[in-house]
Amino acid sequence: MPSPTTNGIEPTPMRRSRLRLSGRGMWITFLLVPPMVVMALFVIYPILSALAYAFYDWQGLARGEFVGFANFKKVLFQEPFASTTWNAFKHNVYVFFALMVIQNGLGFILAYALWRDLPGARFHRIAVFLPVVLSTVIIGYVWKLFFHPIFGAVNQLLKGVGLDALVTPWLGDPDTALNALIFVNAWAWVGFPTLVFLAGLQRIPSEILDAARMETDSELTLIRRVVWPLIAPSATVCFVLLFIGSFNWFELPYIMVGLDGSPFGNTDVLGLYFYRTAFGNQSAGIQDFGTGSALAVLMFLFIAVFATTWTIYLRKREIEV
Amino acid sequence: MTNFTKALTLGLTAAGIAAPAMAQDLTFWSWRQEDRAVYEKLIDAFEAENPGITVEFEAFEASSYATILSTALAGDSGPDLMMVRAYGAFEAVAGANYLMPLTEEDVPGLADMTGPAIAAQTLRADGKLYGVPFASQTMLVIYNKDIYDQLGLSEPETWDELVANAKAIQDAGMFGFANGTATAWQNETIVSALASSTIGAEFFDEIVAGTTDFTDPRFVEGLTNLEEISAYFPEGFTGLDYASAQQLFASGMAGMFAGGSFEIANFRSQNPDLNLGVFAAPGESADDEKLVGVFFDGGYAANATTEHAEAAKKFLAYTATPEFGQVFANELGNITPIPGVTFEDELVNEIGGLNRSAVPYIMLTNFRYEEPSGSVLLQAEVQKMLAGETTPEGAAKAVTDGIATYYAPFQK
Repeated sequence: MPSPTTNGIEPTPMRRSRLRLSGRGMWITFLLVPPMVVMALFVIYPILSALAYAFYDWQGLARGEFVGFANFKKVLFQEPFASTTWNAFKHNVYVFFALMVIQNGLGFILAYALWRDLPGARFHRIAVFLPVVLSTVIIGYVWKLFFHPIFGAVNQLLKGVGLDALVTPWLGDPDTALNALIFVNAWAWVGFPTLVFLAGLQRIPSEILDAARMETDSELTLIRRVVWPLIAPSATVCFVLLFIGSFNWFELPYIMVGLDGSPFGNTDVLGLYFYRTAFGNQSAGIQDFGTGSALAVLMFLFIAVFATTWTIYLRKREIEV
Repeated sequence: MTNFTKALTLGLTAAGIAAPAMAQDLTFWSWRQEDRAVYEKLIDAFEAENPGITVEFEAFEASSYATILSTALAGDSGPDLMMVRAYGAFEAVAGANYLMPLTEEDVPGLADMTGPAIAAQTLRADGKLYGVPFASQTMLVIYNKDIYDQLGLSEPETWDELVANAKAIQDAGMFGFANGTATAWQNETIVSALASSTIGAEFFDEIVAGTTDFTDPRFVEGLTNLEEISAYFPEGFTGLDYASAQQLFASGMAGMFAGGSFEIANFRSQNPDLNLGVFAAPGESADDEKLVGVFFDGGYAANATTEHAEAAKKFLAYTATPEFGQVFANELGNITPIPGVTFEDELVNEIGGLNRSAVPYIMLTNFRYEEPSGSVLLQAEVQKMLAGETTPEGAAKAVTDGIATYYAPFQK
């Protein structure tokens, strides 16, 4: 007599398969939960709490009352904070475009030279990448010494070759300070785009190149029409990372010119402004978590929105070409 | 069996209670890495007199100390004892209720300290004291006596003599002053160290009273003098950072250093052969009162949530005793506000004398409570002025306008 519960279907295999599934599910859960907890705790929670902090008034580190968008208004529209914000933002934009030309541009040229196997390519492949491995602290410190107005190697060299007119306190001169920082950043990081572009170049099938060479003798046409479109994915990586890096720029200016963006704000960038607003500047200011968090949120939103839009655009371009 | 278990439980509980009471391990945070040896010696003396209490000294890099401390306090992992800054930076910590309020009962030495010293560690909001003030710093001119002797110079009585001295040193192939302006806060110290006498004590009284602002001709004259004497700063001084400026003076390449009395210990350790002298930068005429700028550096405070409140108070009481002050003054070359301390060091003694004619280090003592702080404004404007990008009048106006955004007496 068949039992109504079994209904003629054997219950055991089904239960077993369900058990197996949940066993597998548990295994997956077991693997996924720790990283998710870590992410939630150390990435999502801080971002959300910074977002919340930005809506409160702060007395030092004690949270005061809810103030709505007051902190955002303060950094965006209220003088003198607004000028500082826009001044810093302007510098970030300048840094981005300058590095786009110098760092990524030079990176591409170097990659192309290495790819074409010019003499010494193997040595230079390592040499170009070496500074990328160095700590930013070391790079900042060493270059700060090179730019020292009295003993610095840069000024000594200029004097040595008779270019005394060019001698200047590089990091103290409002006209040269930011450019000096950009130069150091490019020197240190040019190896990264070089490597990414080189990897892209090496992936181009030789048949395509051989075919293209039969069509044209011009190296420039080859680069423009064939090589550049084919390494579009590498360009996407370099462009987007540089964008994020430029707007989060902090370590190098902090080490070389200090929290104030010395001289008088000529090297100020959003990262420095955020840091000294939120955490205070031992020798000049006070801590303001609310305003600092508002700045951090604005930076995050700006970078997230632009980086996403641009990535989507660049990805589309990759497919089109 | 039950009795045995009871006895065991009781014994374990007793041990559990007794253990923390017997070993009271306090941590003590500081930003004075360079003073570690002396602090450890002071702590040894304290531990010898207070068996059962140990104090562990931990020092952090000065410029990130505020961040490290406030992050730790906010995260409930702060030290039991700590050095805190004074004035605005002090209020950021004390105002958040992280510190233990102190009374004269806890720290008897406080009773004999001067008003300005107590004020530097008192929270304006509740009028309570949260720290034992530990040192006053004096802004003045430190000079290399050997260079002065070698060139036959003497301490200047008038502003023009100071300029002439600087010129004589520069003509001899050295730097008149070692100062640079690349590190922003240095700009504030040189104003106080060089221009206080020109500006005059009345101006500072009026500023504190709110009856004048920084566009006052007396303050502008001070900035103008500063601009004039910067001709005797090292070449490229706008790119010269604080550490490099210190090195120039310590290595004997410069005759003078306009800065704080806190430099002396550092100069001596960098170059023990350095023969140092100090003076207050003079005003226009020899009759003008010679003034130095003074501020209190900070205090020793206890964590409001420390498990060892009594031990912490004992240590703080110790930091206000003449025994502590004596070592603090004589081995670190600091001016302590503890009365009854005799300064063995001639230079410290001299600074103690100069402190009798002092004006406040004004941006720190009065304008570092709101944003933009007077310090932020003055530092940037002086940096700008000495780079030739603004005038003394322009700098004075920008400073006043910035403070006027929140300070009623400046709003017209």
